[in-house]
Amino acid sequence: MKIAVCIKRVPVMEVKFAIAASGTAVEEAGLKYDVNDFDLWAVEAALQLKEKAGAGEVVVLSLGPDAAQEQIRKALAMGADRGVLLKADAAPSDGLAIARALAAELQGGGYDLVLFGKMAIDSSNQMTGVMVAELLGLPVVTNVSKLEIAGATGTAHRTLEGAIEVVRFPLPAVLTVDEGLNKERLPSLKGIMAAKKKPLDVKPAALGEQKVSVRRMELPPERAAGRIVGEGAAAVPALVGLLQTEAKVL
Amino acid sequence: MPAFKAPLDDIRFVLDEIAGLAAVSALPGFEEATPDLLHTVVAEGAKFCETVLFPINQSGDIEGVRLEDGEVKTPAGFKDAYTQYREGGWTGLTADPAYGGQGLPYIISTVMEELLCASNLSFSMYPGLSHGAYQAMSQYGSDEIKERFMAKLVDGTWSGTMCLTEAHAGTDLGILTTRAVPAGDGAYHITGTKIFISAGEHDLTENILHLVLAKLPDAPAGTKGISMFIVPKYLPTDEGRPGTKNGVTCGSIEHKMGIKASATCVLNFDNAKGWMVGEAHKGMRAMFVMMNGARLAVGMQGLGLAEVAYQNALAYAKDRVQGRALTGPKNPTGVADLIVVHPDVRRGLLRQKAFIEGARALAYTVGAQIDIEHRATDPAVREAAADFVALMTPVVKAFLTDQAFDCTNIALQTLGGHGYIREFGMEQYVRDARIAQIYEGTNGVQALDLVGRKLPMEGGRLVRRWFELVGADLEAASADDANTEFVQPVRKALLELQKATMLLAERGFANPDEAGAAASDYLAMMGYTALGHMWVKQVVAARRHLADGSTNGDRRFYEAKLKTARFYVQKMLPESSARWAALQAGAGSVMAVAVEEF
Repeated sequence: MKIAVCIKRVPVMEVKFAIAASGTAVEEAGLKYDVNDFDLWAVEAALQLKEKAGAGEVVVLSLGPDAAQEQIRKALAMGADRGVLLKADAAPSDGLAIARALAAELQGGGYDLVLFGKMAIDSSNQMTGVMVAELLGLPVVTNVSKLEIAGATGTAHRTLEGAIEVVRFPLPAVLTVDEGLNKERLPSLKGIMAAKKKPLDVKPAALGEQKVSVRRMELPPERAAGRIVGEGAAAVPALVGLLQTEAKVL
Repeated sequence: MPAFKAPLDDIRFVLDEIAGLAAVSALPGFEEATPDLLHTVVAEGAKFCETVLFPINQSGDIEGVRLEDGEVKTPAGFKDAYTQYREGGWTGLTADPAYGGQGLPYIISTVMEELLCASNLSFSMYPGLSHGAYQAMSQYGSDEIKERFMAKLVDGTWSGTMCLTEAHAGTDLGILTTRAVPAGDGAYHITGTKIFISAGEHDLTENILHLVLAKLPDAPAGTKGISMFIVPKYLPTDEGRPGTKNGVTCGSIEHKMGIKASATCVLNFDNAKGWMVGEAHKGMRAMFVMMNGARLAVGMQGLGLAEVAYQNALAYAKDRVQGRALTGPKNPTGVADLIVVHPDVRRGLLRQKAFIEGARALAYTVGAQIDIEHRATDPAVREAAADFVALMTPVVKAFLTDQAFDCTNIALQTLGGHGYIREFGMEQYVRDARIAQIYEGTNGVQALDLVGRKLPMEGGRLVRRWFELVGADLEAASADDANTEFVQPVRKALLELQKATMLLAERGFANPDEAGAAASDYLAMMGYTALGHMWVKQVVAARRHLADGSTNGDRRFYEAKLKTARFYVQKMLPESSARWAALQAGAGSVMAVAVEEF
């Protein structure tokens, strides 16, 4: 079983974000980075499939700045076999450009499965995996929350609002992974030490033409301070009035 | 429920800027241990502590260990966690790759020790004791013993213990009575009863290797007649599997104030088969190898618990509203202000912060110097490092655990009545922190080690060298006038400590009780001064970042360093002068009271 997993370097979300001087990107100073959560579950799924099959190769692919090697190394420390970084100054905002660069690298790789997280938690586009499938001419199943592979056929669960959809697909295929598929393993000390010696190719990303760009980024408006309308039962009529006329929720 | 997040920003700052991680990673044998790799190891180790060990800390305390039919059961989750820890390779962090270890620098195990203890002190005891046994065996074990046991200790499938104490022989090991009789085949039969044996019996590993101090039939009296033996719980088969049960049984486990998930055992040795480690009658040397490592590790226990207690006290202080700020409401739309506005609450929080960050800098510096002591190519550099480590070992053990206990107590106080309630977790930290002042040589014994052994060692070279080191760093820092407010008070403490050293030499020579009565005050003065030194170094590093703007978007981190240093020198360091005043008063009032007059 040969599996490719595409991962993205994203900022850790527990910080307060600021907008960079350019006005079109997040200020990077002070940010910490990690592998996108959904992509970690994709890596874990690939490792489990390989372990179950007893043989195979898990290749981790990322498109991003040089520093994204850290995230690839993390996936290698978890147990992936080798990594490829398609180097770009930053991940472009045109999803199709990213998909083309990834597809060019994946094309002819002989992968049985290509896994993605269903979305990147920073840009929330949810498009890369699907576009790569289209470019490779492969079937795609999105938002996979349960997965079984038997021979050349896979069965996946997709969690919908109030229902579960069970999908069957032939391999090779592209899958995007949802929450709940698994819990990723922590890189072990042995894994971290072994990851240093695993191959990691760095090459320029073939990005081509980019048609979509970010024009402006702005913070949501500050919430106005709350207002105390009064105290005790006496305040109730005023409060109800405001809820009807101002907030218009009653 | 308490929470814990590894303080990775401060750990990185201290490693890179104070302890000198780059210098450690440049030592021969650490070619692959680049600073980047080491930071990754710390970050992933931290995640393990936060997500695997911390969640079973409180439950482990409540459930405790149980003795059933001579076997100790660890609390729910401990076996799984240990298996993950072992399979991940963490038991072999610094161990020799020849035995399957990862061969990483000691400094990283110092950091991991802090994180393990912050997340689960009881758990840390099991691999911790194994590490002590590993160190003693690697230094003094015969090739045959190493061949037989080391790989199992390193991969963690077997664990180790240190069997020193007997009911009548604690601090005074010279009077122990466990006997070892030659069996004729190169092995020995060990008979006697040991108490307070941490990890002496448990269900985490398939075998346990006891390192036992005992006396041969022809042993001279006192500590010069003690030998060390390795006594496995199960005698290994030729294939290296646990075989026949040896004559070691767990008679009972202690019911303790804290570290309730750590098994503290009474072990009965009844003609148990063992093999000598090192030379006959020279077991104390091997024991001190374990002991010195263990003393530093106990200092880290204090630091770790102070850190986790502080985090939870701080979170509470930033969440709990009660009363109004003395200068007028700070949260006018709320019913009350956050308690973090109150000066006395801040005083407590800052005391914790200033201790923790100063102590971390000192402890990691000692960790780095241990690597330099072992690996530097220049013998003079190795000697200087060894002097520093020997001098600071009792300070790290005693000063850090005394202060840390106070810190956990202040942290509990921050929560008021809720601190006294079990579910908030604070009282466990206080109880757990208490033992660190006692074991591996009580803090009183540490003070005697400092005053009685370390000061006179090599004609006073250890302390002289350290005075020069501190003096030189203060001198360098004073090049910037802005540092005067920090350098001056530390210089004063250093001067008083130097005077105290002279006074001890004079008075202690004439009357040993003078040295004995002064020892704890002296150790405290050295602790305050050492932390002061570390704070000056942190101030210099922080100023450099603030001046050149290399703050990675976090100026506050460096500004807080300056502010915390200011609190330390103004509000904590003066306690050193108080100890100096007490020390000068001499032993008279201590010794004058007749036993009947107490």
